Parts: sequence; structure tokens; C-alpha cells
Amino acid sequence: MIAIIDYGVGNLYSLSHSLSHIGAENIITRNPSEIEHADKLILPGVGAFGDAKKKLDDTGLTSLIIRLAKEGKPLLGICLGMQMLFDKSFEYGEHEGLHLIPGEIRPIEPDLSVPLKVPHIGWNTLHITRPCLLTKYISEGDSVYYVHSYYAKNIGSALSASSEYDVAIPGVVTNGNVFGTQFHPEKSGEIGLRILKAFAE
Amino acid sequence: MIAKRIIPCLDVKNGRVVKGVNFEGIQDVADPVDMAHFYNDCGADELVFYDITASFEGRALFTDILRRTAAEIFIPLTVGGGINEVSDFERVLACGADKVSVNSGAIKNPDLISQAARRYGDQCVVLSMDIKRVGGSFHLFAKGGRVDTGIDALQWAHDGQERGAGELVVNSIDTDGVKGGFDLELLQAIASRVSIPIIASGGAGCMEHFTTLFKSVPAVDAGLAASIFHRKEVSIEALKKYLAGEGIPMRIIQNKEENL
Repeated sequence: MIAIIDYGVGNLYSLSHSLSHIGAENIITRNPSEIEHADKLILPGVGAFGDAKKKLDDTGLTSLIIRLAKEGKPLLGICLGMQMLFDKSFEYGEHEGLHLIPGEIRPIEPDLSVPLKVPHIGWNTLHITRPCLLTKYISEGDSVYYVHSYYAKNIGSALSASSEYDVAIPGVVTNGNVFGTQFHPEKSGEIGLRILKAFAE
Repeated sequence: MIAKRIIPCLDVKNGRVVKGVNFEGIQDVADPVDMAHFYNDCGADELVFYDITASFEGRALFTDILRRTAAEIFIPLTVGGGINEVSDFERVLACGADKVSVNSGAIKNPDLISQAARRYGDQCVVLSMDIKRVGGSFHLFAKGGRVDTGIDALQWAHDGQERGAGELVVNSIDTDGVKGGFDLELLQAIASRVSIPIIASGGAGCMEHFTTLFKSVPAVDAGLAASIFHRKEVSIEALKKYLAGEGIPMRIIQNKEENL
């Protein structure tokens, strides 16, 4: 059973339907006991970092998620949920993350050497730098769907796959049993389903 | 590298997909959920569902179609039509939409854009504009392209971005349904005023029109069309392969043997 952590941000139905589509039992929940007993956790998220982190803190689940991840329960963060796995974010101020993967979240725009549009919206190809569990069923050059204005920096060995948008945008990150995708696997067609399948198995 | 997007638009009335020519003379085409599957499988990068129903019964049919589509199709889904207040965003997002397109509702109440952007994020708010040349300038039209608001469309696009719209759909009434190509002049004018993604709509008649679109106005991120795809005059699969061959970055689906 995979617990999709519901802390009041975003539409979780697509993610739930995607998991059901590949035969992965899942539940959308904010119940600590259900989260504790789930085999795996998914931390979703859209919107601004500060607001989302506050909402997560308000549910009282932050320390539980950190504890379970440290105990070895597989955890997948998606989009803003991925960003929250890192140490901190500089989106409208400075906010503490969950410190499960070393690195920080910074705006894309100041790092661009050419004027590209921000947010980075649309389908971009993945360059797999270090294969991990999530890349098991996908190939170099497969496309995934992104929507974001901030990206992970100074993440060291956590990088597994990136996409080129003048700068290298970390697309798949991993640190032991903790995984993250900056893109939305539940909106990335067949390739996204393959990534979810690898996590769910 | 980020790809240019090809987006089929499904106008839905009373549970069926229809497409007008110059917004009039609607003809029935097919079942929306079947068509969504078809487009998903042939490589459409997103889907747009536009609710052109006025009745309560038609709206219920539409939300049912939306739910069924969102449960089976795993690419971005934008929904528009009848979005007049924040509660309308809630209604379609709850059915599985990823983005919501506002048009006349934003003309009546421009604050709708900022209210929705604050609540759901900029990425969720698509500002759709019907634009027509009037006396040498571009005017914004309301009510499905029937009413001239007198508003300068370029200023409206700029203001929409300032209010928090995450993407623009630029639909040219002058070229819509004519199949003579996209309105490059209008798109270039809009592109010079905004920095958010632009989805071009109105005028696609053949594959070459998409090449011209992406090469002439590089700031355009996506091409949207309806009837040429619905009537299979242009296949999305063939179009994307053709555009990739022309050097335009495209997401090409690899047919992998193993099925999920």
C-alpha cells in the first residue's frame, strides 16, 4: 500500500489514478497511523514552497515523515514535494525543508545565460547521469512533463537524471530510500507510469 | 531540450465533441473520452476540453466526461468554458483538470485571474483570448468571439500576465476555421508583450502551417487545433515526426514493446 500524503495542496486524483492504473494499491491520507503502516510514501505538492511547508507542518506530519524516511521507508517527493526533501528553499524568503537530501532550492531565472521562459513548462528530455530505481524502466532521452520556476542546486551525488533548460535541471534525485522527481510522473504519459511502476514495485 | 507542444482542443456540447467554423455551423464529431484516448495514444502533448454547454444537464454530462477522462489519461488536461468564479476552478479541478482556462469570466472580473493564481498557483491559470482586428488594432472579443469588448488585446495579454496568468491561449478570430495558417502577425505582437508561454490557436490547415508557426515566431510554445485533428486531415503522430525532421524539438513517443 502506498500512502499519498494529503496536506491540502493540489489535485491528488491524477496521481492516485496513475498508481491504480499500474496496479499499485494506494490511499490518499493524512492519517498518521495509515502513513505509518503504508509500505511506501509519496509526498506530492504544487504552489509556493513556504505555503506548502506550512500546510504540511500544520498537519503535524512533518516529523513523522522524516522519521519514517530515516527508518528506511521508501519516500517519493513529486514537484514541490521533491523540493521539500532538500535542506532549504529560497522561494520568497528562506524556508526549512525536510533535510532528507542535501541541497537547496533556488530560482531558475537568475542562472539563465539566455532569456528563456520561466516557469519551465512542458515536455523535456531526461539525461540519465546515474541510474537508480526510478530510471529502471526508462531510457536516455525519454520525455517528462515539468511545471516549475525553482530548481535543486548543490545536490552533489543525489542527481540521477537531469533536463537541459540552459542550466541542467535535476529531474530525478535520490538519496538511499528517498527519491524525488521535479517533473510530474502522473502527467508524463507512459514514461511517467513507468517511473511510478519502478517506485511501486 | 524542451519540446514545442501540439495540443488538440475538444469542444464539448451535450456530451459530444463539436467544432465550429468561425464559431458557427457546429457539426457533431465524436465521443470525448474515446477521442482523449486516441489523442493520448498518438502523442498529443496535452488536451484541452472546452465546455460550450449552457444547460445544467449539459454541465453535469461535461463533468462526468472530465472525471472519466482524467482517470484514464495521464497527460496534462486543461479545461475551459463557463469559468466565471473561483468556485468554477474548484469544480473542474475536483474532476481532475490540471489547468483551467478563463476567457469571458476574466473580462467580466479581471481579479478572477489573480484570485485563482493565488489559490491554485500561476501554472493553473490559462488566460484564453479571442482576438480580431478592428480598425488597425487588435481587439479582445467576448462570449465565444461574438462581442467586441473594445479592449486592446495586447494590453490585455500583458495585464493578464501581471495578474498571474501562467499561460496564454491566443485565438485569432480572423484566421479561425479558415485553414490558411496561424495569425503570425498577431502572435508576434503578443510575444513582444509577454514572457509567459504562448499557445497559438486558429488557422491551422496543414502540417506546413505548424513549421511556419514555430520558425516564424520562436516565442510560441505550442500549437492548438481542433477540426484538422478531429477529421484526421492531419495526424498528430505524422505531424510531430514531420516537425522533428524540420528541426523543431518535439516529444516523440517511442513504441516500446512491454506494455504496462
